[in-house]
Amino acid sequence: MLLDYLPIAVLVAVSTILAVVVVALGGILGPRRKDKRKSEPYESGMRPIGPGTRKMPVRFYLIAVLFILFDIEVVFFLPWAVVFRQLGLFGLIEMFVFILILLVGYVYAWKTGALEWE
Amino acid sequence: MSTVQIVFLFVGFMILLAAWMMVSRSNLVHSALWLVVALFGVAVLFVLLEAGYLAVIQVLVYIGAIAILMIFAVMLTRGDVESLTHITNRYAGWAAVMGAFLLFGLVIVLGQWPAFQTTSPEAIESANPVLDLGMAFVSPDGFTVPFIVASVLLLAAFIGAIYAAFPRKKGE
Repeated sequence: MLLDYLPIAVLVAVSTILAVVVVALGGILGPRRKDKRKSEPYESGMRPIGPGTRKMPVRFYLIAVLFILFDIEVVFFLPWAVVFRQLGLFGLIEMFVFILILLVGYVYAWKTGALEWE
Repeated sequence: MSTVQIVFLFVGFMILLAAWMMVSRSNLVHSALWLVVALFGVAVLFVLLEAGYLAVIQVLVYIGAIAILMIFAVMLTRGDVESLTHITNRYAGWAAVMGAFLLFGLVIVLGQWPAFQTTSPEAIESANPVLDLGMAFVSPDGFTVPFIVASVLLLAAFIGAIYAAFPRKKGE
């Protein structure tokens, strides 16, 4: 049973080792001649103005939350899709109710303009 | 020791280490990345419990979405991402004493709990666990009502998220 997941474990191990080795090799073999200009963030060859990170509009947060909610919907959809043929009409009606309730939220999001990006 | 035990101990230590690193970093972005490590460890625990679908969801929803949300929250609330947080204040000593008392009490109380001595029942052998899960969700003799209630919960989260995060016009 656990052996089924061996490829994933190998993939995680190989990618971790590769990432560590590549970064370490770059650090060991590459010449390092630091100066003040080099350590500045690159901004089209200009002298950078202000910090590289800035405040983001709250819209991003809303989009992320909506993404999570749709993500969780999919989590419920997938097991239903697997048994869809066996359950027939009952399963269909039940999923219809499920989607209908969530559709209220979708319509609300649409009406308030939460899905629009000005 | 069986392979499962070795993997469990390794992953358990990994989760504890990642959780400790997460709460003790002063750079919030580093905390978020350690959180991802801890969540991945939990996904491995689900695999050990033979709950493959939950493990996939753990990676997909928690690492794929919740962690992104955390990093977004850091980006949204700080002036710049580099700024550091003070992780202790002058009550740190008292908090440590109270935490130790709480741990002590929990160890005593949970040590007397009979479920600690009994081994968990074997996982039910199933040809297709996702199929069984789907059956449990939507079949008439399954968890139909909780399934529908879950959609109401999602709806509440939906409207709450829009209400909390949508920039309102003045006067509303």
